[in-house]
Amino acid sequence: MTDAATLQGHAADVIVIGGGIVGAACADELASQGLHVLVLDGQRPAATAAGMGHLVVLDHSAAELALGEYSVRAWRELASQMPDDCAMRTNGTMWLACNEEEMEEAERKQAALSEYGLACELLSGAELAKAEPSLRSGLLGALKVSGDGILYAPNAARWLLQRQSSRVVQRHAEVAEVQGNRVRLASGEWLQAPAVVLASGIYARELCPDLPLQAKKGHLLITDRYPAQISHTLVELGYVTSAHKGNGPSVAFNVQQRPTGQLFIGSSRQFDNHDPEVDAAMLGRMLRRAMDFLPGLGDMTGLRSWTGFRSASPDGQPLIGEHPHQPGLWLAVGHEGLGVTTATGTARLLAAQMLRTLPPLDLEPYLPQRFIGARAHA
Amino acid sequence: MPELSIDGQPFRFAQGTTVAAALMSSGDRCSRTSVSGQRRAPLCGMGICQECRVSIDGLRRLACQTLCRDGMRVETQP
Repeated sequence: MTDAATLQGHAADVIVIGGGIVGAACADELASQGLHVLVLDGQRPAATAAGMGHLVVLDHSAAELALGEYSVRAWRELASQMPDDCAMRTNGTMWLACNEEEMEEAERKQAALSEYGLACELLSGAELAKAEPSLRSGLLGALKVSGDGILYAPNAARWLLQRQSSRVVQRHAEVAEVQGNRVRLASGEWLQAPAVVLASGIYARELCPDLPLQAKKGHLLITDRYPAQISHTLVELGYVTSAHKGNGPSVAFNVQQRPTGQLFIGSSRQFDNHDPEVDAAMLGRMLRRAMDFLPGLGDMTGLRSWTGFRSASPDGQPLIGEHPHQPGLWLAVGHEGLGVTTATGTARLLAAQMLRTLPPLDLEPYLPQRFIGARAHA
Repeated sequence: MPELSIDGQPFRFAQGTTVAAALMSSGDRCSRTSVSGQRRAPLCGMGICQECRVSIDGLRRLACQTLCRDGMRVETQP
């Protein structure tokens, strides 16, 4: 426990709000740079616990590719130190093509990722059937991205928060208000530090209403344990070409087999729904889509289904940097469905700005200034 | 009296008995082994908690939602 008296004036070098994967990675990175960090977490249900833990490099934009590639590489470098319960595996992603249009997308993606130095390989329908025999026959082919992975994010976050315990202190506390580098807890207590990092995902808007974040609801289901039958994380290319392109509710096939043998099934997306209850119709749509690809799923037992909310910015990229109107308040929010993937990169980009060191990537595409401009009434 | 087997051991039951009830009267009373190697037993009895999943004739089933039938093969191992 931290001494309450010392907290009043100067709680730590940095206060991080949110102990999910992004807050944990930021705390760990700042501690690695020698700073003392206080992490405040309200233990509310959030994306780190809900999500799939899929480490995946996407390439809707150059910025997304750069941050994803850098971040997944950083996770792979951490892998050898991670405890077993983080369930980190570099199992690769298999992007599945059902038709000619999706095969063209696979080829485009292969060119884009290869140019960036990622190991990836186009598979014919026959090669895919051999690599993943549980898939239905007749798929046109796939793009295999070897460096992608999976992990169990709640345990990875816990590990990141605990491994430098001399410099990272955790406190269970709900934050009621943020003013620059000052924080008021629900108990009424004020804390301050030279820097405050807001990394509370979907809840960040409660403390900072000018953040342009939208909740996108998703459904998930996990089955009982079964013998190994899927090697890669299987995702339909329709995920990017059609299924999740529009603004209406959509589903897309996304399945991984956990190291326990359980099949973890996604995905759905709804923009206008803030109800955390499972929507049976949406779950049914998602599972029917999954069974289109994996006919054997129908004989398996689903153990649990649940929902989560992705916190998305207008251009899909996170906001990483100091709040333009609140000196001392730093943002690490808006990761949509990629918070686990890009937590490592986010942490390093944030630390580089805070400590004025050389950033590993161009910071520009992730700066909050692109949405929160100069004060109009200044 | 009809009979089924639990992990190879014969078990006689009255009609209307659930597999969960049969498990309670035989062996170590457990239905399965968890990821961490612990033995687990039926808990809620109403098809929600998923603790009582067993293999019945090779398929995964909830013991509390399944009635015993003559000749059934119930397996709780591994």
